Amino acid sequence: MATQFGWKKIRDYLSLIVTALFLLGLAYINVISGLGLIDRYYNGILILVMVNVILAVSLNLINGITGQFSIGHAGFMAVGAYVSALLSIHLRWPFAAVLVAGMAAAAVMGVVVGIPTLRLKGDYLAIATLGFGEIIRVVIVNLDITGGPRGLPGIPPKTGFFVAEALAALTILVISNLINSAHGRAMLAVREDEVAAETMGVNATRYKVTAFVVGAAFAGLAGGLYAHYMMFIDPKSFSFFKSVEVLVMVVLGGLGSVTGSILSAAVLTYLPEMLRQFAMLRMVIYSMLLIVMMLVRPQGLLGTWEVSQAFRDLWRRRETGEAGRRDVHGIA
Amino acid sequence: MALLEIKGLTKAFGGLLAVSNVDMAIETGELVGLIGPNGAGKTTIFNLVTGVFEPTRGEITFDGCRLNGLKPYQVTKHGIARTFQNIRLFQNLPVIENVKIGYHLNAKSSLWASMVRFPILREEREITQKAREFLSIFELDYRADELAKNLPYGEQRRLEIARALAARPKLLLLDEPAAGMNPQETQELLNLIRWVRDQFSLTILLIEHDMSLVMQLCERIYVLDYGVTIAEGPPAEIKRNPKVIEAYLGEEAV
Repeated sequence: MATQFGWKKIRDYLSLIVTALFLLGLAYINVISGLGLIDRYYNGILILVMVNVILAVSLNLINGITGQFSIGHAGFMAVGAYVSALLSIHLRWPFAAVLVAGMAAAAVMGVVVGIPTLRLKGDYLAIATLGFGEIIRVVIVNLDITGGPRGLPGIPPKTGFFVAEALAALTILVISNLINSAHGRAMLAVREDEVAAETMGVNATRYKVTAFVVGAAFAGLAGGLYAHYMMFIDPKSFSFFKSVEVLVMVVLGGLGSVTGSILSAAVLTYLPEMLRQFAMLRMVIYSMLLIVMMLVRPQGLLGTWEVSQAFRDLWRRRETGEAGRRDVHGIA
Repeated sequence: MALLEIKGLTKAFGGLLAVSNVDMAIETGELVGLIGPNGAGKTTIFNLVTGVFEPTRGEITFDGCRLNGLKPYQVTKHGIARTFQNIRLFQNLPVIENVKIGYHLNAKSSLWASMVRFPILREEREITQKAREFLSIFELDYRADELAKNLPYGEQRRLEIARALAARPKLLLLDEPAAGMNPQETQELLNLIRWVRDQFSLTILLIEHDMSLVMQLCERIYVLDYGVTIAEGPPAEIKRNPKVIEAYLGEEAV
């Protein structure tokens, strides 16, 4: 038992060190970015990392926390992207206003799609959300105002690294708060056992729709940021493959772990860039890594573990000194 | 007036009458048993009372309110909690979180407030504190941070009862609480049920196949066979009732 106790302690300290290094790295990036010393290529990657962090964390609320298997996230992102871009181009609304409008539009879409489809379970829900994502894409292709398949150019470049970073941080904060509240607990209960959750007084339908709408709103935010960074959007950017990309981030990071979603969104955004030197083999290596990962750790990088747990455990040990005793009974 | 009153309750699944014209009345503070051979419709009655199924005909009144057509979570709000025949815990959540769900009804923070608050909130702390105290009543506090699925069987049963009671019900429905338990565990369970009834001033209705438990524990028993009530009364009477003996052992045994 002593070794188990030791290992847990080491793991907790290790995660503190990694977090500290991560924050230091982030601070360094902020400083050089603030001084204008970062080159445009890396600046772009960093913004896309932030956009993907928002997407992954928000999809995790739906798939990982509430257990509703949705693969239509790119659809909500597209709604946010097009609504905010069109408002910027035609009405010249301020950036903050178009982002909020994009979120609101995506949230409304979340209600419209959520209420009928969330009575479906598992595979059926997945197919319904997939269908929704495709419908959005086809609608965009066939509308005039969206520029159809040619895409929508001339979006003012307004997404900088700092804005993207701040909004990613906000997303993480809001969604973690939600998860750690009584409402988040109700969502977890729905994931674990819908019937039992209902008999404990949890309105399962309401929480499924809530998770869906909150997740959709943040996907809309990510879409708005993306549009105002790329300055050009087309329906291809929001295809089924984008939904799958976000889903892979969530599953790889660990369904239900916000820390895992952040980590894997960052890694999976940067990895394809890092692999550019292998040219043709790039996507092969990327896919191989995913396959190996799923074979070795099917529960994802971090499972359901959160970095905050390390802090809490260390704090409790300091405060009471009894954690060692509790670990004797502990299994994990 | 009785706390739970069931009148002419009928549930048809297609052509099959799972429950047919059942009347029941349970007074506040009673400990009532519901027995009958497999497939007699006992769990169906639980599902009808808790809103999992909607009755085909009949009335369910609890504490003066009509429960027909309410959803399970609405029934819970009226003060009915239950456990399941096949344990339904929130397996991948820690033991303490399983109990905390019970405080769900009393949590006041709105959705918006939950999203913008600072990570540590007073309400959450209070809930955690209460949940720990609650677990210690059931001698599960030393398991608080373990995942529910890692508990041994007997403790899972106990946790399910604890979780149901965390919702502060007036009526507790127990569906085969002693299933899969050895005689010693059954005896402990019997003491636990008696104790929680007094401690929480509960009314309890329980389904059970373990006759020694039912006969020792219940003050009154309803016997169901093929969806119909065939007998009702105190344990001593039920034991001698020829209809009951026939239902359990066959006609020749009478």
